[in-house]
Amino acid sequence: MATAASGAARREGGAWRWLTLAPAATIYIALAVLPIANLVVMSFHDIRWADGIARWSAVGFRHYAELSRDPLFAAGLRNTVVFAVLAVGAEMVIGFVLAQWVSRAGRAEIVYRTVFLLPILLPGIVIGAIWKLMYNPDFGVVNQMLALAGIAGRDWLGDRALALGSVIAVDVWHWTPFVFLLLLAGLQSLPQDVHEAAKVDGAGTWTELRYVTLPMMLPTIAVTFAFRLIVSFKVFDEVYLLTGGGPGTATEVVSFTIYRRFFTEDRMGYGSAISVVVLFLLALTIVLALAATRRARERAAS
Amino acid sequence: MIAPRVKSVAMHAALAAAAMVVLLPVLWTALAAFKTQIALLRGDALFAPTLANFHELLFSRSSDYFAHFANSLVVATLSTALVLLVATLAAYSMVRMRWPPAVPALVLGFSLVFHMIPPITLVGPWYVMARALGVDDTYAALVLAHLTLHLPIGIAVMSVFVRDVPFELEEAARLDGCTTPQLLRRIVFPLVRPGLAATGILVFVFSWNEFAVALTLTGRHTATIPVAIARFAQEYEIKHGVMAAGAVLSVIPAILLLLFAQRSIVKGIIAGVGK
Repeated sequence: MATAASGAARREGGAWRWLTLAPAATIYIALAVLPIANLVVMSFHDIRWADGIARWSAVGFRHYAELSRDPLFAAGLRNTVVFAVLAVGAEMVIGFVLAQWVSRAGRAEIVYRTVFLLPILLPGIVIGAIWKLMYNPDFGVVNQMLALAGIAGRDWLGDRALALGSVIAVDVWHWTPFVFLLLLAGLQSLPQDVHEAAKVDGAGTWTELRYVTLPMMLPTIAVTFAFRLIVSFKVFDEVYLLTGGGPGTATEVVSFTIYRRFFTEDRMGYGSAISVVVLFLLALTIVLALAATRRARERAAS
Repeated sequence: MIAPRVKSVAMHAALAAAAMVVLLPVLWTALAAFKTQIALLRGDALFAPTLANFHELLFSRSSDYFAHFANSLVVATLSTALVLLVATLAAYSMVRMRWPPAVPALVLGFSLVFHMIPPITLVGPWYVMARALGVDDTYAALVLAHLTLHLPIGIAVMSVFVRDVPFELEEAARLDGCTTPQLLRRIVFPLVRPGLAATGILVFVFSWNEFAVALTLTGRHTATIPVAIARFAQEYEIKHGVMAAGAVLSVIPAILLLLFAQRSIVKGIIAGVGK
């Protein structure tokens, strides 16, 4: 009903219809669409700076051929997928449990919500700095705690086998609160009478969770999961500060590969080619995710 | 009646433990900022607090922390103001003007997709553009980049709030002879103030925190705080205490906003994603 009403409540607006949308449209076109198009063009060129002027020379598909054999890119892609699946999976489970608890916490809800909001608002670089100190093998608090329990400390970021897991743990610390917040809002918008009906029918906590809460929460869970999964391709700040992609290629992620090729090695054409491929893969993921969330919504509605 | 109470106590204990997991790393870092390098390296739990790290951070000859702080403040303030203005106008146009349905669908769809793209993929072309125009290492380049990055969330959130402005009020104002700019200034902007607060706080914090773009588009003159902190972690024979002090000072705005504007932040985050 609301959409029908607001659909009717519209005006022609005349010139102002255009003038109000123009600034946003201009910015999107000049600073988002054109740069993405430029990225594609750049990916077919080698670009060198001489006296502040860019000199372009065409190289055809050479960068794309090179990319398919680039071990760093392969490692980055593999690590990004592992990172996204494990980190977001953990964030969803922990976030859901916390949201369930906090939704029943009564007056303490506001306290927990304030505390859990904190990591979302901290700069990624500061979170990197915090955990670099905590993971320090010599004086970090993580090893100190383990020592109290009589467990030998480890080099969390310097050990090939542990580094990716350590970075994932930081991401879980950073982003679980975000998942928690969205799921809590979803839980609190569920109709209350359903819970009461379940109680009256004598459903236990687990039965209610399995047959009432989870099915009704499915759309929110699907949207949150898809969103976090896609956005986790952005991860950069923490990796930059914690490991720089190392040791070796243990924590190399695609964002970092792009940065390294483009800026550290000053290979703008090749860096652009990697960006184009990453954007293409992301577009594919977004299409799949949209289809999946639509199905979840239809399922919940039926 | 004992079982539910036991369960409730267990739940609160678990929640308190989770809250500790969130808070302890931040507190530990805050403490580290007041430790001498020796106390830090020994891992002393009890120590004599010192302001030496802050002193070195702020007043040593090589320090530019105040300049970085000012840079962050300028960039975050300007880009936030621009996002609020541009996003509200666009939201108003899409919600209240008679566009073919494809236009708002395209703008909102592009906003959603663009919001999910890693900024690092765009930094390359931005850098080439800025350098070709000779505006790299200027405020303008970073402000425009942050405006572009955060416009999607601005448009998404402001659309939700503009939709709630009563249309009858607009009609009445129009009958009284209000022009569109007057309508925007006297009715729309005042009525969406909660939305402006929610969007403004989020965008300010995001801009303040943003690293990947700032790292590549800024130079000596315009480096923001995250860029400065990253440099602490790399350039020096790592001064852990000074890095901790820099981190502590940099999160003060976020913590103040968290304490005084929590409701707005939650509203903004949920309106931005949970549509």
